[in-house]
Amino acid sequence: MKVIRGRVWKFGDNIDTDLIAPGKYLGLPYEKLLEHILEPANPEFPSKVKEGDIIIAGKNFGCGSSREQAPRGLKDLGVGAIVAESFARIFFRNCIGIGLPAVTCSGVAGNFQDGDEAELDLRTGILKNLTTGKSFQTSKLPDMMLEILETGGILEMLKKGTF
Amino acid sequence: MGMTMAEKILARHSGKEEVRAGEFVTADVDRVMVHEMLAFMIEIYERHNIPKKVWDPDRVVMLMDHYVPAPTVDAAEMHRKMREFARETGLKINLDGKEGICHQIMPELGYVKPGDLILGTDSHTTTYGAFGAASTGIGATEMIAVFATGKLWFRVPETIKFEIEGSLQERVGSKDVILDIAGTFGSDVAQYRSVEFHGSAVEEMSISSRMVLSNMSVEIGAKFGIIPPDKKTIEFVESVTDEPFTPVYPDDDAIYEAIHELSADELEPKVALPHSVDNVKSVGEVSGIKIDQGFIGSCTNGRLEDLEIAAEILEGNEVHRDVRLIISPASRRVYRSALEKGLIDIFLDAKAIVCNPTCGPCWGGHLGLLGKGERCISSSNRNFKGRMGHEESEIYLASPATVAASCIRGEITDPRYV
Repeated sequence: MKVIRGRVWKFGDNIDTDLIAPGKYLGLPYEKLLEHILEPANPEFPSKVKEGDIIIAGKNFGCGSSREQAPRGLKDLGVGAIVAESFARIFFRNCIGIGLPAVTCSGVAGNFQDGDEAELDLRTGILKNLTTGKSFQTSKLPDMMLEILETGGILEMLKKGTF
Repeated sequence: MGMTMAEKILARHSGKEEVRAGEFVTADVDRVMVHEMLAFMIEIYERHNIPKKVWDPDRVVMLMDHYVPAPTVDAAEMHRKMREFARETGLKINLDGKEGICHQIMPELGYVKPGDLILGTDSHTTTYGAFGAASTGIGATEMIAVFATGKLWFRVPETIKFEIEGSLQERVGSKDVILDIAGTFGSDVAQYRSVEFHGSAVEEMSISSRMVLSNMSVEIGAKFGIIPPDKKTIEFVESVTDEPFTPVYPDDDAIYEAIHELSADELEPKVALPHSVDNVKSVGEVSGIKIDQGFIGSCTNGRLEDLEIAAEILEGNEVHRDVRLIISPASRRVYRSALEKGLIDIFLDAKAIVCNPTCGPCWGGHLGLLGKGERCISSSNRNFKGRMGHEESEIYLASPATVAASCIRGEITDPRYV
């Protein structure tokens, strides 16, 4: 499984799905919604996020709605992985299901700043802050979830008849 | 060793005698519900070249409630594509946008039974736990997988038990109970876990009141929010469906991760302040905060008993001149009952605005959005920043009684003293 490397976008606790995919834009065509992903939490995010960037956040990331536009929007804007102290359940499942790596790491929020460079090796679970040189062990995902991520998400598994 | 409600229901649906918290299972689902998330599913089907397929057209309930009636051309297009999907895949149950809010009409029309495993593309699908079902929300991609196979993987959750004893005071309701739980234990206390509600206070509650506990279980992070069925549950379900069902009850020696005992006797009306559901105070601590709008409705508190208590408080009064009150009954049936009981007359006399059943105001989709700096006291379920409109607006969550009382005074008001 590939190593993910990119800029850190740092967020706090309880980043809810209304901050990630604001309801008032959900009625727009999806491409337009993408211009507003995470905008209320960081107005620069939707225009500046790049392929492979990593979101580092506090606890309960993604709480709220089941709207899949939230994780899918992050993925389609290029986010390579999300590392948080904890995730809300539906958001977490959605991430795995669409093939967006989401892992928990205790104490992660205090060890990264917005704009740092980070690298995540999903196979070993090692998360490196390339700016400070510190390394962290993220929690290991169950094999079943790793298999979904490695295949590229549930849709790919459905196509292959392996889900 | 005994099992919890969640363990029993997941065992039954995965063909096992026994399962334990922490195990992964693949379970057959009894029923699924899709609302406008289906429009996003259709986009995914088409973009990823996945064949549109439904494993059992009898088990899918399709409906529209988030944009009803369609407020924009984009929303109308979503609905048009959904109807087309229903025709193409031969869905048997297409309620369109005619019946009301999903979590009200699923039980009302007999699609929820004790012991069932139900999935919906909406986080408040936990509501059906009030009928002794295990039910939860999933996203679009997972629902595409369920549509294809009728199954989904689950991690069997640990269970937290809330024992709520005693009797609630007049004009204190189940909304105050669940807000109190959120405030005391935090919005992630039940993350990845199932919750069971027990105790004499829960037994005393009407079916509608119990639905509030299960509905808002997701606001404390829960996967399921289950209430063991009793005579009231069975009678209700038998009144709406002829389909057979086998209720499930927790074993006496089931293992709970935590058991919390709460008293209903002294509970005061509660308010969740912006911008999180666990930012909870007693109404007395925040009374006097000026409001611009009130909202009574949503899958949380738009049922007949909610409208009844609001009408009791509003009767002979007028909504404060600086405030607008929006009332949306949760379903067509609730609307008709309210009409027959004269509640709608009371609302109109009080100069409230009565809308059709819709999710619109709760999630800021349409109807009653907030402007910059405006405050709304709402009987709905989430007060996230900007959810009901402008990013600098504020949402205060409360019971329908507290919303009604506050709309008369123009400021947050304890409904016991109006």
